[in-house]
Amino acid sequence: MSAPAFEAVALTRSYQLEGVSVDALRGVDLTVSPGEFAAIIGPSGSGKSTLMHLLGCLDRPTSGVLRVGGVDVATLSDTELAELRNQTIGFVFQSFHLLARTSALDNVALPLVYRGVPRAERRNRAQAALEAVGLAHRLTHRPAQMSGGEQQRVAIARALVGDPKVVLADEPTGNLDSRNGAEVMNLLERLNHDSGVAIVLVTHEPEVAGRARRQIHVRDGLIEHDTGAS
Amino acid sequence: MRTAEALRMALEALRVNRLRSALTMLGVIIGVSAVVVLVAIGTGAKNAVEQEIAGLGSNIILVVPGQLNFAAAPTQSRLDLADVAYVRRVVGDESRVTVSVQSGETVRVGRDEAFVTVVGTDQYVANIFDRPLRRGRYLSETDVDTRRRVVILGSEVASRLFGDVDPVGRQATISGVRFRVIGVYEKVGATFGVARDQEVHVPVTTAQRLIGVARINGIAIGASGPDEIEGLQQRVVDALVQRYPGEKFSAVTQTQLLGTIGTVLGMLTGVLAAIAGISLLVGGVGVSNIMLVSVRERTKEIGLRKALGARQRDILGQFLIEAVLLTTIGGVTGIVLGVGGALLIAAVSPVPAAITWWSIALAFGVSVGVGVFFGVAPARRAGRLDPVVALRAE
Ligand SMILES: Nc1ncnc2c1ncn2[C@@H]1O[C@H](COP(=O)(O)OP(=O)(O)OP(=O)(O)O)[C@@H](O)[C@H]1O
Ligand SMILES: [Mg+2]
Repeated sequence: MSAPAFEAVALTRSYQLEGVSVDALRGVDLTVSPGEFAAIIGPSGSGKSTLMHLLGCLDRPTSGVLRVGGVDVATLSDTELAELRNQTIGFVFQSFHLLARTSALDNVALPLVYRGVPRAERRNRAQAALEAVGLAHRLTHRPAQMSGGEQQRVAIARALVGDPKVVLADEPTGNLDSRNGAEVMNLLERLNHDSGVAIVLVTHEPEVAGRARRQIHVRDGLIEHDTGAS
Repeated sequence: MRTAEALRMALEALRVNRLRSALTMLGVIIGVSAVVVLVAIGTGAKNAVEQEIAGLGSNIILVVPGQLNFAAAPTQSRLDLADVAYVRRVVGDESRVTVSVQSGETVRVGRDEAFVTVVGTDQYVANIFDRPLRRGRYLSETDVDTRRRVVILGSEVASRLFGDVDPVGRQATISGVRFRVIGVYEKVGATFGVARDQEVHVPVTTAQRLIGVARINGIAIGASGPDEIEGLQQRVVDALVQRYPGEKFSAVTQTQLLGTIGTVLGMLTGVLAAIAGISLLVGGVGVSNIMLVSVRERTKEIGLRKALGARQRDILGQFLIEAVLLTTIGGVTGIVLGVGGALLIAAVSPVPAAITWWSIALAFGVSVGVGVFFGVAPARRAGRLDPVVALRAE
């Protein structure tokens, strides 16, 4: 067995807000294995996004241990964290976060820029990723020229282009209607199934969470219930 | 990330905000072109002065009444021919001293006329000044003593009034008085804006009567060598002050005069370039300002790039290159405009302009430097943004 994709032990994160300490996470223990498909659900303000940012190495925990692919992130410098994100994690955001004046192709190729991949190869791989999400006909479109569902599929292609071990998706269907949302979920499901990418997604919607094989319920900065807990 | 990639991204960012980029560059463009033009004009003026120094006869001391000062009005001359004789005794060699009295007069030959500077001088003028003859002879002692109405023409006056005809032996009328032409000078060009070729020389005694004065304008002394100059200057001034107690006299060499002007011009160029440099600095502040705005506007983009694996130095590099690109494009444009402007000024006006490689290289270097200097703070701010905070930004 290879190392878990994520392994969190007593993970906490508190924010200092005008001298008051806000505990967004109050001790989370969580293990996500390679190739898993898990949904984090919980009420607003429960700490879902905070957990997601920690898992994605965008933020550092206040205390506790987080290992990503077996590596303790506390031992890594900011530069090494950036490289870790680039190599092993793909992000999908609620509001897509595409570069507005950039074509779908170049948006998708962006992670490879920071990996030093030559331009021609970047374009080939970005094109392949866009084909994989069914957008072969939208290569030169800009975000404003695409529907919300298409934009989110571009974002998924961008998350996948670097062959990550995990895709972290924070409310990927939150800005989409139910039809487009379902399409995005189909896509994530298929990717998880076909290429074995672990997927951790955050959602409010029970029907979206229901499509994951594992549900992690978060409340007040703690894991309340985890269907996949061993 | 490769530099080529960063460069492409920076160009794209500038292209997207075309008008804003252009306006930001404008500060740098104006500063750089002003530096280039002013340095070119200053250098051109200095070169012209130096050329004149080289073209002068050497070791000439000019003695004039009063204090030599560009700002002061010329002093009414109190020197006359007796004083010239006195100075000759002080110098000890009369052939090394000559005299000048000047007036603008009209010369007429037949129906042709020309307005010229009539210079009254004597037989020693060519010992001291470099005035080779093309034809005829110089003034003689007898010409001066007997107040002969003879004239030597500057080359331009000769060709204007006589064309291809040899003027020697012919008549010319100066202010209604008939003169006989005894010689024609070679072309010598202008010195200090004084068109030597538009002068005519007549005996000083004749000139005094013609103009109706008893005074002379100045005395010129030829020193035997550079070592003698200083002592001779002092001796002549002291002697004149002794003769006219309480009055001031000046004795300067043309080299000293021009050297002073050269120094003044050099300083002026420096001051002007420094003032232009300040506008370049202001342009740099504009770049810094716009880069800060740009970082703020693109906070979300920075957060996204970081999430996708951009390191601090990638972001820093991106914004720094953008700033440097702004000032460099501005700088190159400024150099082109400055060189063009200098050439244009030189072409359409009497102001000389000399474009020097060092000023172009300096202007280019300074624009790149301004970009780095004023870009580094915004770029560092961008590089240090927290990805989570940046992604959440509005
Ligand atoms: N930068 C911050 N500074 C201060 N408090 C914060 C910050 N970020 C989050 N919090 C607080 O931490 C708690 C958890 O926030 P988080 O964004 O993780 O919630 P969430 O579960 O994602 O909510 P939602 O479903 O609305 O997105 C909230 O109480 C929030 O106010
Ligand atoms: Mg959230």
